[in-house]
Amino acid sequence: MFRTISLCGAMLLCQSGYAASNESAFNPAFSLILSGTYGSLQQDPATHATGFAMNPNPGHEQGFNLGESEMGISANIDPQFRGAATLALDPAGGVSVENAYVQTTSLGDGLRLKFGRFFSGLGYLNEQHAHAWDFVDQPLVYASLWENQLGEDGVQLKWLAPTEMFIELGVEAGKGRGFPGTERVKNGSGAGVLFVHVGDDIGIEQSWRAGFSLHRTRAVERGSDDVPNLNGNSVSTAFTGNSRTAGLDLVWKYAPNGNIQERYLKLQGEYFRRSENGELSYDTTGANITDSYAVTQSGWYVQGVYQFMPRWRTALRYDSLDPGIASVGAANAANIIADYAFKPNRTTFMLDYSPSEFSRIRLQLAHDNSRQGLPDNQLFLQYLMSLGAHGAHSY
Amino acid sequence: MYKMIITLILLSLSSLSHAALNVFACEPEWAALTRELAGDGADIYTATSALQDPHRIEARPSLIAKARRADLVVCTGAELEMAWLPVVLRESGNAEVQPGGAGYFEAAMAVHMLEVPTRLDRSDGDVHAQGNPHIQTDARNFLPIANSLAQKLMQRDPANKALYQQRLGAFEQRWRAALARWELQAATLKGVAVVVQHKGFPYLSNWLGLHEVAVLEPKPGMEPSAAWLSQVLDTLQQHPARMVLRAAYQSERPSAWIAQRAHIAAVELPYTVGGSDAAQDLYGLFDDTIARLLKGLQ
Repeated sequence: MFRTISLCGAMLLCQSGYAASNESAFNPAFSLILSGTYGSLQQDPATHATGFAMNPNPGHEQGFNLGESEMGISANIDPQFRGAATLALDPAGGVSVENAYVQTTSLGDGLRLKFGRFFSGLGYLNEQHAHAWDFVDQPLVYASLWENQLGEDGVQLKWLAPTEMFIELGVEAGKGRGFPGTERVKNGSGAGVLFVHVGDDIGIEQSWRAGFSLHRTRAVERGSDDVPNLNGNSVSTAFTGNSRTAGLDLVWKYAPNGNIQERYLKLQGEYFRRSENGELSYDTTGANITDSYAVTQSGWYVQGVYQFMPRWRTALRYDSLDPGIASVGAANAANIIADYAFKPNRTTFMLDYSPSEFSRIRLQLAHDNSRQGLPDNQLFLQYLMSLGAHGAHSY
Repeated sequence: MYKMIITLILLSLSSLSHAALNVFACEPEWAALTRELAGDGADIYTATSALQDPHRIEARPSLIAKARRADLVVCTGAELEMAWLPVVLRESGNAEVQPGGAGYFEAAMAVHMLEVPTRLDRSDGDVHAQGNPHIQTDARNFLPIANSLAQKLMQRDPANKALYQQRLGAFEQRWRAALARWELQAATLKGVAVVVQHKGFPYLSNWLGLHEVAVLEPKPGMEPSAAWLSQVLDTLQQHPARMVLRAAYQSERPSAWIAQRAHIAAVELPYTVGGSDAAQDLYGLFDDTIARLLKGLQ
């Protein structure tokens, strides 16, 4: 009697084991990414890039660090919808919802609607999860202008043209919770994104994708601490105003015979330019002087990844930021630094080895010249391991 | 301006869409089979080539654009395309060609699968839960697949039902004759011991009676190391093989290494249509495969 039951149980287990490996199977696909880094830095990672003290600084960790473990669950919900969630398990404890969205699968006519929390489709790198990055960190322009990645609570509609060439239009409306926006309590949309992607193959060996994105949002009382002032001190500031960003991205890939198993080369570059104008409150904890403020910041990177033999890749990246020259209202002209006369930059080298499709070990060296007078030679070691369902990667 | 662009795009489309059935074939062998069954009645796009590792394809923009316009997607299934096809189909916004949809066809559903694993564990390498997906190396498999693909074509394009029926009949007749010829030619291959570079030939071995004594990849999908190859060489001392087989898309290094040291023939097989100059269609594929195997015996 008991034997029969356990046999039955074993068979059920066996069957669900088969099903779990296929995303179209009945049970949700479950995946877990385990990652960790060792970092050696010469400068305090909390120091912002020069001229970007009012921007986020996701920074780096020193010494041995458990990275965020990323848990993913996805499945078709019914014939109309597919759902996916990614939960980031913080090593210090706590769980944050990175993605939790539903997308339509049956609208047809090239239309896809996504709603919930998702990474915005702007740029090229923005939608990629950390485990798919080619470096330990994001380019400076993503770190400073998007706090690594722009996540949005809202809706996204994409339309793919029925043409020979890949032409995709996308529009997003969201809460504007991520930098450069601020979370507000109001009806309507707090941020909007428009993007166009085009792409194609050139023969069987080359492929490319180019994109253009626009983002606009509004910041209300967006606070920053430790902003240097003209007197050589640091103060807190708060910005309220409009933020508009335009971006260009281009990716080109080459593989002999189109066979990426052996060797391939991937070149990519992105450029973002953001104009903000509104009011800046200077020294919010003290004098609290508010006057007009406008600045145009920009940044770009180019990088190349070369898989020189199966399982082994090397890459080089160059990063650059331009803090711009701010127009500061008269009341704050003697307080706020308008022109830093310095362009942060960084050069990064990477070598990684992937024993299988599910594991990767990486060495990264960087010469970070993003803080004026504080050059930083950085070394990172990283592991990335993927358990469970391993979904297909996007281009 | 925006409206104008969309109108222009829509106009350019109307010239593109004509009566022919738009077929997106994941691999060249299914493009060739669709061609046999549909003749010029179908516009067939082949997503991958014989020189690409079918497990390692990227979800390129071009593939998504082609899937968007497809009336029918014809793939191997059995997880062979799991690294790219799910993204391509999802991003295509084409509701009909989603897995399980009216415009989705998996060849593996029509044949008996070999090497279905009894346990699923990644420490065993890149194994596929539904069995070994390289079903196209056994020519006999094309009969049941042609039959079910023809049914699918008739469903998708009922206006040309008689054409598909007639072409299926003609294909089956010609294929049976070719099978008899190939099996006769390959009679001397029965029981011949071979080494394979990747576990990509169980169906071929099963069909022609080849005896696989060793695999150059330590685990499916893993590159052979020098130490592992030395171990394979030891195995070959005890169980000698006549030749080492690899597919056209695979690196020749491991095969060449073993062939030189074990003094056996290294045989590159076309694996699919386009994998060699002679493999221009399905008949050429098997003519050439058998010719190369027989040459390896000499």
